[in-house]
Amino acid sequence: MDASRLSPPRAPCTFAGMVEGARLSLPLLPGTLVFAAAVGATSAEKGLTLGQAVFMSLSVYAGASQLLGLQLWTQSFSLAAVAAIVVVTMAVNLRFLLMGASLQPWLSRGPAGPVHVGLAALTDANFVVASRYHAQGGQDTGVFIGAGLFMWVIWTLATIPGHALGHLLTDPKRFAIDMVMPLTFTAMSVGLFRLRRDRLAWPVAAGVAVVTAQLAEGYWFIVTGALAGSLAAGVLRERA
Amino acid sequence: MSVPEEAWPYIAITGMAAATFLVRFAGYWIMSRVPPTPFVRAALEALPGAIIVSTVVPLAMRGGLAAWIGVAVAAAVMVLVRKDIAALAAGMAAVIAVRSVGFG
Repeated sequence: MDASRLSPPRAPCTFAGMVEGARLSLPLLPGTLVFAAAVGATSAEKGLTLGQAVFMSLSVYAGASQLLGLQLWTQSFSLAAVAAIVVVTMAVNLRFLLMGASLQPWLSRGPAGPVHVGLAALTDANFVVASRYHAQGGQDTGVFIGAGLFMWVIWTLATIPGHALGHLLTDPKRFAIDMVMPLTFTAMSVGLFRLRRDRLAWPVAAGVAVVTAQLAEGYWFIVTGALAGSLAAGVLRERA
Repeated sequence: MSVPEEAWPYIAITGMAAATFLVRFAGYWIMSRVPPTPFVRAALEALPGAIIVSTVVPLAMRGGLAAWIGVAVAAAVMVLVRKDIAALAAGMAAVIAVRSVGFG
């Protein structure tokens, strides 16, 4: 394709865009606060100090993986125990790899430094906010960065009351905390669907994900389903 | 090993953070080295939706009736009022309600 050799137009990165990213994240705030508090509470239950809990939320900043990593927490650590926690964390967070890949064609047209700051803050929240913004024609990469940084601060701070409240919040099923991510994604998927593009990708993604969930523990279904759906869309385009 | 007991939690957390930062950057870096053919572009355009579908459907299946009702309510509210916060609140309220009467 000759067209793909032309250098694409640069994408801006403005402060106004960052503020807009934070604003677009506001609907995710209640769910994030409750989720972070649950992680803080679980940290307390597993014997982490407040400092360790805050350090984890600040440095890892990925809720589902923090909850699962904490399930493997132990009082008698060994290198093997740490390796298990690290591997589980990576497996749960492999979806970030796909998210970064899907945003790359847009973000790579923005300034490299700020974009990498945004990538450091990549999680479900700024991914869905930025994907939808860009799908509606938005170009300002500041939206991705601002949403990520804003939620990073909120996430880290909300760990503190959770750690203090402790046992009140340790059962994720109470208050439906375990459903925050799927329900947020459900709301975000409305308006993302394009019949021409997704008529094959979505059923394939759902089917492969469901089969994977039956066969494998953990969160592998997100990776296999998303890859299969994405490849299906590629195949559909080639045949069209 | 001669690692002090109190250092282990920090080692584990640092390992978790390193693994997470790696996957955050890896997808972006890989795609920077893949030529943007029509196939790749179509696959990337469909990827956000595919990630969402692959997350929601199996989690709803694992969550049972309460989860399905929650997802349905959240989607319906989103279609009607186009407000994420209303959709999330309604979905969570539905899950809590269904669970409180003993399902899922």
